[in-house]
Amino acid sequence: MNSKKSDFVKFEQVDKSYDGKELVVKGLDLDIAEGEFLTLLGPSGSGKTTTLMMLAGFETPTNGEIYFDGRPINNIPPHKRGIGMVFQNYALFPHLSVYENLAFPLKVRKVDKSEIEERINKTLKMVSLTGFENRMPAQLSGGQQQRVAVARALVFDPKLVLMDEPLGALDKNLRESMQYELKHIHESLGVTVVYVTHDQGEALTMSNRIAVFNDGKVQQLSGPNELYETPVNSFVASFIGENNTFTGTVKEIASGSAKIETESGETIVANPIAVSSSGEKSRISLRPERVSIDPNEQLENKFTSEIREIIYHGDHTRVRVNLLGNDDFILKVPNASSDLKLNVGDKLDLGWSSHDCRALDY
Amino acid sequence: MTAEIRTSDGELLSVKLKKVERRRRTTAFLLAAPLLFFIVFAYVIPIFQMLGRSIDNAEMNSFLTETHEVMQTWDGSEMPGEDVTSTFYYELKTAVENKYHGKIATRLNYEKGGFTSLIKKTSRKLKNFDENANFLDQFIDVHKKWGDIEYWQALKRGTDAYHFRKYLTTFDYEQKFDGSIERIPEKLRINVTLWLRTIFVAVGVTFCCFILAYPISHLLSVLPTRYSNLLMICVLLPFWTSLLVRTSSWMVLLQKQGVLNDTLVSLGFVADESRLELMYNMTGTFIAMTQILLPFMVLPLYSVMKTISPSLMRAATSMGATPFHAFRKIYFPLTYAGISAGSILVFVLAIGYYITPALVGGAKGILISNRIAYHMQQSLDWSLATAMATVLLIAVLVVYWLYNKIVGIDNMRLG
Repeated sequence: MNSKKSDFVKFEQVDKSYDGKELVVKGLDLDIAEGEFLTLLGPSGSGKTTTLMMLAGFETPTNGEIYFDGRPINNIPPHKRGIGMVFQNYALFPHLSVYENLAFPLKVRKVDKSEIEERINKTLKMVSLTGFENRMPAQLSGGQQQRVAVARALVFDPKLVLMDEPLGALDKNLRESMQYELKHIHESLGVTVVYVTHDQGEALTMSNRIAVFNDGKVQQLSGPNELYETPVNSFVASFIGENNTFTGTVKEIASGSAKIETESGETIVANPIAVSSSGEKSRISLRPERVSIDPNEQLENKFTSEIREIIYHGDHTRVRVNLLGNDDFILKVPNASSDLKLNVGDKLDLGWSSHDCRALDY
Repeated sequence: MTAEIRTSDGELLSVKLKKVERRRRTTAFLLAAPLLFFIVFAYVIPIFQMLGRSIDNAEMNSFLTETHEVMQTWDGSEMPGEDVTSTFYYELKTAVENKYHGKIATRLNYEKGGFTSLIKKTSRKLKNFDENANFLDQFIDVHKKWGDIEYWQALKRGTDAYHFRKYLTTFDYEQKFDGSIERIPEKLRINVTLWLRTIFVAVGVTFCCFILAYPISHLLSVLPTRYSNLLMICVLLPFWTSLLVRTSSWMVLLQKQGVLNDTLVSLGFVADESRLELMYNMTGTFIAMTQILLPFMVLPLYSVMKTISPSLMRAATSMGATPFHAFRKIYFPLTYAGISAGSILVFVLAIGYYITPALVGGAKGILISNRIAYHMQQSLDWSLATAMATVLLIAVLVVYWLYNKIVGIDNMRLG
């Protein structure tokens, strides 16, 4: 592990603008470690795909420099970068068979015939497509095409593989199994992967680290669990997972706890993350699963809510309640607690720890 | 063995299915019927009738039926006997009475020059013939050409109900009266030159269109819609202008005192006394036809290129291919369908092109279609004109057949 570089890929103050009026990527600083699976996650138009295209060489940074394995690559054309890429719609060459598709990057590199065959066999085995060599892309299912695309990006042993929403076109089940498959391929090869998606579930499942993009900037760069448990701002909190929010003003602030008065006049004890002085406006974020129903233990926050709607979800039930003036407060009740009788209009006591309730930027 | 499948009401499934679908098929046929009838009556039948004229001589045969029959026994080695000459006399007499001897004269003149005056003079003098005397001598008295055996041989051949001699003429060959086939004298040969020139121009124009259309089509397919629409209008603009207007504007541009030459002279590239000959030769035909046929290459190419995802080229370069290599191995092969469709379209149109070469081609730039028009309108040798048209049609069909063999019609995409 020591030999692996922590700045295998480095973005240094990278800006990108297409029209000279708006910046799509703003002052991006990002280090990607060797062997890492890093996901760029964000809504559409957040700059994540542009970032990936700059790394691949299809877009030029307007400002700043990108380093790959220690060399600046701004002036290196895509075909000399040696970066594998999987495209959103696979971009398989429709007039070439699976074998010829995979042979393309090897032939370009003038690898000799026997080695081409050997490598293709090995790679096809890895994506479990042995026997499909002579099929044309149109004769393959979406999932199979996807595997060919992955195989083609890996067959020439690139040190870095970029993936641009590669699972977007697959149905849900296939997408989930492909997620595991990609994760395993990454683990067994040790190749560095930069993955772009707008699907948070995908990002959380596969990544070592996730960079959440919004508005051309990285909002938070951390591992999946930190991202979910400790979002640093309200965008990340609302983008990743489900989230209940209150808005209010900081009344009192001490280390590790802040008293915030909500718009309805109640006071919530929260964990100050992005607020530092009283009088500041804040958005409080609270995960549904961190709320206890009928709490017996000592919790800083205890309130009574009224049930508005009950939605059955199989493994759990979602309960929408009115709490402190918020009509969209969501609770997740696991199906195991079947002794709990819920009816619309009932009062329900709720409570949560101040640690789980994060006071973020407004 | 599979069991017979029946529907719930006990009918055979295959029978029931046909019954249900018959209505739909009938409706579909009725919708297509007007076009089908139009094509058959306005297109297929007239074309075959016209093509038939290239070998058909039935009218002539009907004018001189008996003469023709009698002549079958004459071997043509020496002057015909009285049976032939007398039959010909009586039939010509009927022709004069019914005033179709002029047609006979014209037709026979195709077989041998000089027949027009010969028949006309003979017809006038026919009333002076003594029906009891030797007819051959009286014919020779009227005109000494009747003493030349070739005129009688021509008469025999010219009354055949059908013949294929026009096809020989099409390729500058002729059949001598002794039956041998020879090339016509060199100074009369024109058709082969025109055929070769037509094929050369068609291939050349197709190639020029391809070279010009490929980058434009690519640009059209990658530009944002706003700009590509504008460019598309520029490409299609020629379609909205009359062909004559377009060709005439090329005349304005290309003539010796035209815009192009004036510009070149004023810029000093060309001396005033050596202005370029851009018109009334092959250059003019080439330039004007390329411009006029360009859209037929652009549209199929564009429609094919539009479907090629830009990510394919990106994928190829990300795998290490230089842009040129990626183009050659990936992009270009994917445009084959458009190239072949555009090429066959332009080639077929060019090989039969008429107006443009007629106007800007001059003597050195005319094509086979102009020759066909000449025979239809001026020499009135419709048999020859239709023989040429048939050869042209067959040539196009052969190209089409080859195309199907090599590329496959299924792979053609017209847009």
